[in-house]
Amino acid sequence: MSDPSHDAASPPEPYGVLEPDGLASERDALADPESYEVVLDVEGVADELATHSDRGAESVVGRWSTPLGQVARTTLALTIFLVAGALLWEAFKWLFGDPWRLEDILGTGASYYHEPPFYLLQASDRQLPHLWSIAAEMVEPYQRGTDVSLLQFLVGSALFTLRQSVAGFALGALIGIGLASVFVHSRNSERAFMPYVVGSQAVPIVALAPLIVIIFGFGVTSVVVIATYLTFFPVTIAQLRGLRSPDPRALELMRSYGASRWDVYRKLRMPASLPYLFTALKVAATAAVVGALIGEGPGGVKDGLGKAIISYTQQYITGPEKLWATILVAGLAGITFFMAVRIAEVVVLRSRQGPGS
Amino acid sequence: MTDIVVSLSAVSKTFLTREGEGTVALEAIDLDIRSGEFISLIGPSGCGKSTLLRIVGDLIEPSQGRVEVNGKPAPQARQDRDYGIVFQAPVLFDWRTVEANVRLPLEVTGIKGSERDQRIREMLDLVELGGFVRHYPHQLSGGMQQRVAIARALALQPALLLMDEPFGALDEMTRERLNAEVLRIWQATGKTIIFVTHSIPEAVFLSTRVVVMSARPGRISHVIDIDLPQPRTEETRESERYYDLVTEVREALRGRAVESTPIRPGAARTRAEGSFG
Repeated sequence: MSDPSHDAASPPEPYGVLEPDGLASERDALADPESYEVVLDVEGVADELATHSDRGAESVVGRWSTPLGQVARTTLALTIFLVAGALLWEAFKWLFGDPWRLEDILGTGASYYHEPPFYLLQASDRQLPHLWSIAAEMVEPYQRGTDVSLLQFLVGSALFTLRQSVAGFALGALIGIGLASVFVHSRNSERAFMPYVVGSQAVPIVALAPLIVIIFGFGVTSVVVIATYLTFFPVTIAQLRGLRSPDPRALELMRSYGASRWDVYRKLRMPASLPYLFTALKVAATAAVVGALIGEGPGGVKDGLGKAIISYTQQYITGPEKLWATILVAGLAGITFFMAVRIAEVVVLRSRQGPGS
Repeated sequence: MTDIVVSLSAVSKTFLTREGEGTVALEAIDLDIRSGEFISLIGPSGCGKSTLLRIVGDLIEPSQGRVEVNGKPAPQARQDRDYGIVFQAPVLFDWRTVEANVRLPLEVTGIKGSERDQRIREMLDLVELGGFVRHYPHQLSGGMQQRVAIARALALQPALLLMDEPFGALDEMTRERLNAEVLRIWQATGKTIIFVTHSIPEAVFLSTRVVVMSARPGRISHVIDIDLPQPRTEETRESERYYDLVTEVREALRGRAVESTPIRPGAARTRAEGSFG
């Protein structure tokens, strides 16, 4: 909404003041105080994501406000994060790791020897391999008697896992949007079912995963269900809030047109909810990857990263780099999915962006 | 009496607080508004003027009394889209262009094709924003946004326009420009306008009648005819009669304080009780 009074009251809030009404109703709906904390937590993460990843600082950095600029900004932020992580990693090893030697640097015959001043078991090459050892391992064949490198193998596995994540993500998003759409139209249904929605997340997914496999059988279906299970929750919560976000006067306006509930939904509530929805979808994207990774073990799916993590954990003594490589690729898979949603967000919401909006 | 666009008789509104107590927002409101009138509702905060406007628009139900718009009960009039409404904030949909915002009521009511396009163009020309159809709300100034809101309210060609402090959030210069613009639109279209405002000069400059309200409970304390000649111009603002009327409205608003002391009831000059049809 282009509401100057809102703008004046809360310039840094990208989506205006959070609606206390919606929050209160969610509170009312939650009988269980423990599950209530779960909600707050998720909303906190969602809001923080919204604040950090979005349009708050736009008026300061105008040129970042183009769609391309926004994607570039997110990419830059992630890159800085990754580089900083890598530097910290090697700095830790530099101080506490095993000694190492570089022979014949660039063919000059010179060599370099580093003896870290301290020692910590956690920084040893077994526990925390050098990034360059992991990189070196990635270009080696992933198992004996094959030309396929570890990296190729892991990327293939990642794509397989991502496919399951995307399926679970899509399904979870649809369920979340559906539940929120029902709840926004019926306080009674919200009161009746919201506690179960919240309660569902109070059960740890690792405890639930074997049960889901028993119900849906070994295979991809169970993995998708588990990814769905982790996805629908943030979407439900954020989408409900988004559907309730329109200015009360906008609702009055629709009423003055004699608009039907359906018109109010598709012409006002749904478009108004999109910024909230995308915030939730970004959370859900990474959650779906986690769900698929966790699900692959009990689900008996052999082609994904989850399985690779399990096998390389068992082979850790003989090749710690392989597990670390898998973890890095899994992280990149999550980031890739996140970026895909972020790009969709920037494209869909591009017309709304601008100073003060 | 087909001439009467809005007829309120014995309208009152009591809001229930959370504790279950009632707050009387409006009490015994009687008011008839004729076709083509420009009525300002003015009064202190909490006198229920916005509530009254919403009751006319069937956005709030009165607790008691009868509300008729165009000779129909208010809910029927709302269903028939007999009025357009403009709020203090433009309340534009920020994902829609200027053109699409004005199109919104037409979409909802199922007006399609060339008629729809023509109405949108007409309305945007009327508010002199014909060159901004492809802009998004955030690309416009506050005054321009409010003009889009006016175009949107007029898109369904209602006979009645309800305006709830439409220029309250704008600076003085913009407000005066938009006052002139509203007058121009009023004269060009022959609408009946109910205009809620805090500003005495604005009320006097625009209106044919100013309805002065008092607070707690909200009542009509005075109805003052504004007999300034039409069309009103910048010169109107400098005329002696204008100053006299501004003073009269101001005193009527102050009269509320006099009245509320039980010693001297009914001290105000142009006290108006009951229907003013």
